[in-house]
Amino acid sequence: MNVTAAVEAGEPLPSASEAGPAPKRVVVAYGFWIFLLSDIVMFSALFASYAVLRHATAGGPSGAQLFNQTRVAIETACLLASSYTCGLMALAVNSRSRLGTYVGALLTFVLGAAFLALEIREFADMIAQGASPQRSAFLSSFFALVGCHGVHVAAGLVWLAAMMAQVAVKGFRPAVLRRLQCFSLFWHALDIVWVGLFTVVYLMGVTP
Amino acid sequence: MRLRLLATSLISALTLAGCSEGVLSPQGPIASAERQVLFNSLGIMLAIVIPTILATLGVAFWFRSSNRRARYRPDFEYSGRLELLVWSIPAMTVLLVGGVAWVGAHDLDPGKPIASTIDPVRVQVVSLDWKWLFIYPDQGIASVNRLTIPAGTPVSFELTSSGVMNSFFVPQLGSQIYTMAGMMTRLHLQADHPGTYRGLSAQYSGEGFADMRFAVDAVPEAAFSQWVNATRDAGPMLDAQAYDDLAKPSEAIAPFTYRGVASDLFNQIVSLAAEPNDPARLADLATQRTDK
Amino acid sequence: MNLLGKLDWSAIPFDQPIIMGAGAFMVLAIVGILSWVTLKGYVPYLWREWITSVDHKRIGVMYFLLALVMLLRGFSDAIMMRAQQAVAAGGAQGYLPPEHFDQVFSAHGTIMIFFVAMPFVIGLMNFVLPLQLGVRDVAFPTLNSVSFWLTASGVLLINISLVVGEFAKTGWIAYPPLSELQFSPGVGVDYYLWSLQISGVGTLLTGINFVTTILKLRAPGMGYMRMPVFCWTSLAANLLIVAAFPVLTATLGMLLLDRYLGFHFFTVDGQGNAMMYVNLFWVWGHPEVYILILPPFGIFSEVVSTFSGKPLFGYRSMVAATMAICVLSFLVWLHHFFTMGASADVNGFFGIMTMIIAVPTGVKVFNWLFTMYGGRVRFEVPILWSIGFMVTFVIGGMTGVLMAVPPADFQLHNSLFLVAHFHNVIIGGVVFGVMAGYNYWFPKAFGFKLDERWGRASFWCWLIGFYVAFMPLYVLGLMGMTRRMQHYDNPAWQPWLVVAAIGTVIILGGIVSQIVQLVVSIRHRDRLRVTGDPWNGRTLEWSTASPPPAWNFAVLPQVAERDNYWVTKQRANAEQVPPLQYEPIETPKNSPVGFVNAFFAVAIGFALIWHIWWMAGLGLFGTFLTILIFAFRDEDETEVPEAQLAQFDRAHQSEVAI
Repeated sequence: MNVTAAVEAGEPLPSASEAGPAPKRVVVAYGFWIFLLSDIVMFSALFASYAVLRHATAGGPSGAQLFNQTRVAIETACLLASSYTCGLMALAVNSRSRLGTYVGALLTFVLGAAFLALEIREFADMIAQGASPQRSAFLSSFFALVGCHGVHVAAGLVWLAAMMAQVAVKGFRPAVLRRLQCFSLFWHALDIVWVGLFTVVYLMGVTP
Repeated sequence: MRLRLLATSLISALTLAGCSEGVLSPQGPIASAERQVLFNSLGIMLAIVIPTILATLGVAFWFRSSNRRARYRPDFEYSGRLELLVWSIPAMTVLLVGGVAWVGAHDLDPGKPIASTIDPVRVQVVSLDWKWLFIYPDQGIASVNRLTIPAGTPVSFELTSSGVMNSFFVPQLGSQIYTMAGMMTRLHLQADHPGTYRGLSAQYSGEGFADMRFAVDAVPEAAFSQWVNATRDAGPMLDAQAYDDLAKPSEAIAPFTYRGVASDLFNQIVSLAAEPNDPARLADLATQRTDK
Repeated sequence: MNLLGKLDWSAIPFDQPIIMGAGAFMVLAIVGILSWVTLKGYVPYLWREWITSVDHKRIGVMYFLLALVMLLRGFSDAIMMRAQQAVAAGGAQGYLPPEHFDQVFSAHGTIMIFFVAMPFVIGLMNFVLPLQLGVRDVAFPTLNSVSFWLTASGVLLINISLVVGEFAKTGWIAYPPLSELQFSPGVGVDYYLWSLQISGVGTLLTGINFVTTILKLRAPGMGYMRMPVFCWTSLAANLLIVAAFPVLTATLGMLLLDRYLGFHFFTVDGQGNAMMYVNLFWVWGHPEVYILILPPFGIFSEVVSTFSGKPLFGYRSMVAATMAICVLSFLVWLHHFFTMGASADVNGFFGIMTMIIAVPTGVKVFNWLFTMYGGRVRFEVPILWSIGFMVTFVIGGMTGVLMAVPPADFQLHNSLFLVAHFHNVIIGGVVFGVMAGYNYWFPKAFGFKLDERWGRASFWCWLIGFYVAFMPLYVLGLMGMTRRMQHYDNPAWQPWLVVAAIGTVIILGGIVSQIVQLVVSIRHRDRLRVTGDPWNGRTLEWSTASPPPAWNFAVLPQVAERDNYWVTKQRANAEQVPPLQYEPIETPKNSPVGFVNAFFAVAIGFALIWHIWWMAGLGLFGTFLTILIFAFRDEDETEVPEAQLAQFDRAHQSEVAI
């Protein structure tokens, strides 16, 4: 008896772990989850280095002197809102609405790009003030941690654009659906990392 | 019988190793204690390792497929009592060795002063590319690649590095410890008897690493004072300029001494490393790179 | 603005005869093989059947081959080091200047860990896992190919460093500040960093792939407690890859930022903290040791059980021990630097944690022992390696626990005792395990056994060679000799180093025997031809043909027991097996994406090492384009029709019946 067929037919099974190979949709999402976990491990190494080097300012400026809370608040709002619009996009995908998907994706893209633009602006301002990553170990770890997140967001934007091209050319076929699902996971994970980052770097960073 | 033979041959191999200025021929209290820890742990473990090796060979040989006298038990795959045994034997061993480790880590902590009625001699150690600088802050003298200490007196070391990490190690006196730029480590050693002992860097530090060794001269108390006085009378002065010259990479330097040391030089070396980087140096590095 | 960045003719060491000789040999060998392949017209075959293959079995074989080739490279480094230290006593400088010697030991360590041990182990897991799990491929077959080719890219880069430029002179751990620009301004460290970063991405993808495979793709009925132990140990190893390799990527990334953009993570100035590198490196480095050793533990479990004709003793204990090691391996990293000057409490804690790992490891040894107990041990080549391992490994384990005692480590840290210890566990554990697995699964992969006589010769040479080469190093460590010395002044060390050099030559005999074994076996393959089940195996891989078809199993096996195939064989006489129902199978299509990607990865790596920025940009764009084009492909699977399955299966069944 083919157990995969049995699962689809809804027959009872002895145990989930004995059900045989999982369907591709599940396998892909599962694999992507594991990738995200590994990515979070990488971030945690950067977080650790930031925690170690936080006070290693080498006579240069500290976080409290540098961080602009208002700008960061707007950045955070953009990213959180983009997560929401990403969720709307997922709903549109589920109802196979192309227009809804495009609108959701566009909003997500614009909000993500705004976040990125603000972040680049922040970096440029800091460097202009002489607070470049070459100034001190603290600033090195700050730029690496926040910049790594920024690179992820940028990669996510490229991915999102590619996915919209796929939807346009190929429609909602299973492979495209799986990738859209992975993109959503990725985008939400970036949000979670940002929440940690916002707390550790910007909130705790301004306390002496 | 066989066990005893093995133990004897093992010990004889170890003594052979011990004859030649290694960690098994200790010349001070720290090294002696560490050798004892080593032997204790080894003894505890050999008591289980040797029977295991013999049992492995024995079982494999007896249950060879051609031996019809061995009973074939194709379903023997579980036994609660054996499982318990199998987990408890290594657990007990580790319990014992773990005790040795915990007590040893505290008793022989490199930062812990040696109990003695004699006041320790202070030595500040700086590892440079590729030589050792020993500063005697209380005597106001310094020495390169030769460490002279009074025998029977504890020596209290403070160590740092000018750049690359090294490890200060005199095998016959005991513990080694890293020297790291911008950080200071502490170590306490003592030589019981006069003699010359080998010292070396035990952390690879680049091209001249192999020659980064030094001699430790343990001399009687009186001879040490004499040496200090003699050193004060001759040789150059170790000031910031002389230190900069010394810090330039060089290999296999013959030992020499400084008659005086600029005050607080060691602390400056420790904190120098932490100074903010100035753009001039970066440019300097860039040219170095293109030269290469 | 130089179009080739820092690269010019001075990068090629024309004045170094040894390097130029080795380089010329390498180039000639590559050109020779390539032209032979082209002239014989094998290129289309190689492209179709191997280079673009996404079949886990083919990829596994390629990993293994890659590791074998790199073993020769890493081993020649070993011979050079042993020869140098055997002669460079007293005032003698030997034949290798520090500049060269330092590169040799750095390359030896890097190559042996990343490009020999890792691909050996990953190759075996690749080949065996889906077969043992009773499925048709790994979770992401194309990704698997990408992983392999990224590893191969790292290998290519590190070999280019032999001829163009130089390799790192920092040791394989590349501790800063030594590895910072200030002290290592050359391209050596950059070669090290980029080859590890590129192959590291491949390894991480492999880890993700295999974890998903093991957890989500198993034959129907194969619950966790019915998985073969090799699958369990592989699961643990791959979980460790997923959890540890990102740390390495981040750490090496920070060092790259320091070197390329003037950051201050680990520099002497700017309040960088070099000890943070040391900590982070070993947070990856210690789990890495278990990534290497856990799969061999699984191999020994399979081999000991099969050749004893018995199920593995204490399966549940074995699983528990494996997972315990998996978790504990993250809690011991500090024992690599007890001499940093941490407090006694910290040192004591990490010392004890380290010892606790010895408990599950000890349990495993006893379980293998009891597996043989009451068995009928057939002394074929794989079990020779296993018994050799059990004896050798407990010695290595003991010296490891010895160095976990902080006061002992204060004396033995960085000494040749340490070198002897980790070779004792890596050769005695990983290499022996890989060789056991190689002899064990080779007939499955190719349909014929490896020659037994040469296999035995290889085993004995390796075993004896190992003891002759490394026991003297234990003694030297106790004599106070530290590692990585280009020359030394203590004449008492020399005799021991000469003995060690002789041991290396004996090991060379073992490696030569292995090559001869392979050649002889291929020539006599008709005589050595076997059925699907040459060893009277117990697990599912033995139930299909040797070599297995692309689809592994015409019908996915139904699993009801541990050691399912063994149980099936026992019952086969009593019961009549119902005729199989064939259904068409989808198999993944070949894809050149891995190979093309690797081409760009090498270009990016090389460009970044030499600061050829336009080329790096172009390479990055090429990678992006490759992935994009791949994402737009229409078909990624081909269908194997029922008739073909049935035909193949009938042939296999009749073969078994004979």
